[in-house]
Amino acid sequence: MGRYVGTSVKRVEDPRFIQGKGRYVANIQLPGMVHVAIKRSPEAHARITGMDTSAASAMDGVLAVFTGQDFKDGGCGSLPCGWLVPDTKVPDRPIVVTDRVCHVGDSVAVVVAEDPYVAADAVEAIEVDYEPLPTVVDARGAMDEGAPLVHAEIEDNVSYHWALGDQEACDKAFAEADEVVEIELVNQRLIPTAMEPRAAAAQWDGASEEMTVWTTSQNPHPIRLLLSAFTLGIPESKLRVISPDVGGGFGSKIFHYPEEVIVPWVARQVGRPARWVATRTESQMTDSQGRDHVTVARLAMTSGGTFTGLDVETWANQGAYLSTFAPLIPTALYITLLSGNYKMPGVFGKVHGTLTNTVPVDAYRGAGRPEAAYLVERLVDLAAARLGRDPLDLRRQNAIPKEDFPYQTPVAFLYDSGDYDRLMAKAADNADYAGMRAAQADARGQGKLRGVGVVCCIEASGPAPSAVAGSLGSAVGFWESGEVRVHPTGQISVFTGSHAHGQGHETTLAQVVADELGVPIESVEVVHGDTGRVNFGMGTYGSRSACVGGSALVRSAEKVRAKVLQIGAHLLEAAEEDVVYDRDTGRVHVKGSPDSGKDFGEMAFAAYTAHNLPEGMEPGLDFTSFYDPENFTFPASSHICEVEVCSDTWEVRILRYVAVDDVGKVINPMIVEGQLQGGIVQGVGQALTEIGAYSDDGQLLSGTLLEYAVPRADLLPGIEVDRIETPSPHNPLGVKGAGEMGTIAATPAVANAVLDALAPLGVTHIELPLTPERIWRAVQAAGNGA
Amino acid sequence: MSHRVRISVNGKAEEADVESRLLLCHFLRDQLGLTGTNVGCDTSQCGSCTVLMDGKAVKSCTILAVQADGCDVTTIEGLAGAGGLHPVQQSFWDNHGLQCGFCTPGMIMTAVEILDRQPDASDADVRHGLEGNICRCTGYENIVKSVVAAGARGS
Repeated sequence: MGRYVGTSVKRVEDPRFIQGKGRYVANIQLPGMVHVAIKRSPEAHARITGMDTSAASAMDGVLAVFTGQDFKDGGCGSLPCGWLVPDTKVPDRPIVVTDRVCHVGDSVAVVVAEDPYVAADAVEAIEVDYEPLPTVVDARGAMDEGAPLVHAEIEDNVSYHWALGDQEACDKAFAEADEVVEIELVNQRLIPTAMEPRAAAAQWDGASEEMTVWTTSQNPHPIRLLLSAFTLGIPESKLRVISPDVGGGFGSKIFHYPEEVIVPWVARQVGRPARWVATRTESQMTDSQGRDHVTVARLAMTSGGTFTGLDVETWANQGAYLSTFAPLIPTALYITLLSGNYKMPGVFGKVHGTLTNTVPVDAYRGAGRPEAAYLVERLVDLAAARLGRDPLDLRRQNAIPKEDFPYQTPVAFLYDSGDYDRLMAKAADNADYAGMRAAQADARGQGKLRGVGVVCCIEASGPAPSAVAGSLGSAVGFWESGEVRVHPTGQISVFTGSHAHGQGHETTLAQVVADELGVPIESVEVVHGDTGRVNFGMGTYGSRSACVGGSALVRSAEKVRAKVLQIGAHLLEAAEEDVVYDRDTGRVHVKGSPDSGKDFGEMAFAAYTAHNLPEGMEPGLDFTSFYDPENFTFPASSHICEVEVCSDTWEVRILRYVAVDDVGKVINPMIVEGQLQGGIVQGVGQALTEIGAYSDDGQLLSGTLLEYAVPRADLLPGIEVDRIETPSPHNPLGVKGAGEMGTIAATPAVANAVLDALAPLGVTHIELPLTPERIWRAVQAAGNGA
Repeated sequence: MSHRVRISVNGKAEEADVESRLLLCHFLRDQLGLTGTNVGCDTSQCGSCTVLMDGKAVKSCTILAVQADGCDVTTIEGLAGAGGLHPVQQSFWDNHGLQCGFCTPGMIMTAVEILDRQPDASDADVRHGLEGNICRCTGYENIVKSVVAAGARGS
C-alpha cells in the first residue's frame, strides 16, 4: 500500500467551497445573458383548451414566449427512456406539452426575459384554460378496472411486467413450510431534495456553430449523447456539456430533463446566452422522485427458523412518464436484491410498473435496493416475533456463511465477498446489544416504550458489466473511462468520466493515482464534468466511482508505469529486467542500487523531448483506459438502532445509532465515514419524517420544504460508524461502493426499532414515515390508546 | 418603484437603486456578483443563503434589499481577512464538515453567530442552533463536530 490510499487526506476541493467560490451552474454569468422561466401545470391531468400568451409577450423586458408547438416545430425530440425491459410501453414525453398535462409541474410554456423577476411576472401573466381529466395516483390502484388512463394508448396504465427467480423452488418452499409470515407494505414516495435546485445555462457560438450547455448533472456525457441523438439534434462534435460543481444529486441529477433542452434551444433561438434556475418548489415537482412501491410478500421457514422461500409481488409507481432509467429501478436493482444477506433457495419476485398522474419516479439514493432491504428486514423481524426468537440471532442463523463466497443467489446476482456473521457480531459488540436489551427490559418495567432495531443489509454497487446491463434492458454501457496525462514537468492531470457532486473525487482519485505512480499528491489534479476536456464516460450513480472510475485510472497508471520503466531502463543503460519502478518514490533504478536512478520528472521530460527514447517508442506519456467491471460489488451493513417512543406525544427519539459497514477496501476513511453518516440520515428521514404525498386528484401536498420534512441537525444525537473490510476480489482496488449503504440500512433499522418499542401495545406494522400522528393512530387501532 | 440603498457589504460601501421587491440574496448575487451566498429554497427553510446583518445571522432570501439599507452585511466572501481562513472555515475543512458545499456558506455564517453568542457551545447546543439550516449530504455529524471544535479552539 502506498502513502495515501487508506489515509484520511483532507479534501482538496474544500477551500473553494468554504470561501464561497463554488462553481455552481446558478453562479454562471455570461455577457448578455437572458433568463428563462417555465409555466408549470397546476393540474395533474387536464386537456389544454386554450392559452393566451399575449399579455406576457407584451411585457417590458420579455423577449419571447414559446409553447410546446414551437419546440416541436423547432426540431426538439421527445425525451427518451434509456432502459427498456421486454414489452415496455413508453409514453411520449415532449419537452413542453402541446395539448395535455399529465402531472402537476408538467411544462406548459417558456418565457425568456432580460431579468429573472420579469420572467417570473410573465409566467404569471400567461393564461391557460384547462379541462380537467380524471386522475390516478396510486401504484396499485392504477391497474384497477376502470381506473382513469394516464395515456389512452397504454392499457391498464401498465408500462411493463417483470419477474425473476426460481418459481418452482419458491412454490416448493411454501408448500413445505412450517411457518409463513406475510406482510403488505408501502415504500413511500420520496423527493430527493439535493440542496442545489437544478439549473441549466447555454451559449451558442454562431460562427463555429458550437453549443455549450452547463447543467446540474451527475453524468454530462450521457446527457450530451441524449441531447445530440434525441432531443436537441446538435452533433456531439459541436456540443459541449459541462457539469461544474453540483450541489448534491442522490440520483435525481442522473436523468435527462426538459430544461436541458429548453435552455440551449432558446439560446440559439434568441441569439443570446440563456440561463434557467429552478426554484425549490419547481425542483420538488419536476425532479424525478424516488421509491413508491406497494408490496405484498411472504417468507417461508422451518420451525427451527431456517428461511426457505420468499415470494414478492410489487406495484411500482413510475409516475406520468418514464424517466431516463425508470424501469431499471424496480426490476434489476430491486428483485435481484430480495435474497438479502440470507441463504434461501426459493426466492421469486414479480413487479408491475404502473403509470400515474404524478411526477416521474426514478433512481433515488439506493434505488431499488432500499425497497428490497426494507421489505426483507421487516419480514425477518416478523419471523423472529412469530418464532419467539431474538432478531439478531435469527439473522445470524440465516446469514450466508463467509466460506460460501462467491455466492450465487436465486435472483441472478453473484455476491463477490462478505462476512455477514462477523459484521453482525461487531455491530452487536459496538452497541453492547445484550446491554441494550437489558436496558430495554428495565425501561419496559418502568412503562417506557423502548425499542431496539437490528438489520443486516446488502447492496449491489458499482454498476455494471456492460453486457449484463445490456441483457437486462440498458441502452448504454456501464464502463468508465480514465486518462492519466503526465505533463513534461511530471505534473499529472487525471481525467475521469466519473462526476463528483459531494463525494470528494478530486481527493480520492488523486490518492489512487499518486500511489500508483509514487508521486506527491500535490502533483496530481483531477478533472471531471466537462465533455470538452474528458473522454466519454458514464458518470456517477450506483456508488460506482471508486469501483469503476477508480479502476479505470489504475489501469491507465499501470500503462504509465510500464512506459516509464522502459524509459528509465533505457536512460540507465540497463536491461528492463534489471531495473525496478519504486512505487514509494516514483523513481526507476537498477535493482539493488536505489541511489543510481532516475526521478519520475526526468523520465516524463525524456518522454516529451524524445531525444533519447528506446528504439521504436512513441513520444508522450498519456494513457487512457476504459474499464468494464466483471461484476457488481456487494457492500453489506449491520446497523443497530435504539429508540424510545414518548407515550404522551408519540414522538420517536433516537437514543443510539450504531453502524458497522463493509464497503471493501477504503481509500479515504474520513470521506467514507462521511458518506455513511449522510446516507444513514437520509434513511432515517424516510423512516421518520419524509413523504412525497399526493392528494387523490394528483396535487403534490409536499411541494416545498415547509411540508417535505428532511432531517434537521437535531433529529439524531450522533452516529457511531465502524467497519470491517472484505475486499472485492474483482477490481484492482478491492473497493466496494460506500455511497448508498447507509441509506439502505437505516430505514429498516429505525422502523424495526420503533415497531419493537410498540410491540407491547400490539402494534405490528405502521406505514412510513413513523410520524407521531401515524403512531398514535396505530396505537388507537390496536386498542391501546393511552 | 426603485429605491436608493446604501449597504456596507464586507466592509465596502455599496450604493444602488433597487426595486422594492428585490431580495437581499439576489442583490448580493446578481448585482454585486457575490455568488457565495447560495439559494436553496423559496420558503426560508434551508438557510443556505444565511449572511450576517449587523452581526446577526439572517436568511437573505427573507430580507428585502431595502430592509438592509444602512446595515453592515457580511457574506462568506468577506468572513476572513485577505488570503486567510476564518477559524470556522478552517474547522469545516479540518473536520470534513462539507460534501457538496452548497449549504456550507450558510452553515458557516450561522455557526459564526452561534459561537459568537456561545463560544463553548456543546454538541446539543450546536444541533439546536443549526435547526434552521438544512444539509442533505453530511447527516450533520461532521458539521456539528466542526462547529464545536471551532468553539473549543476559540474562534
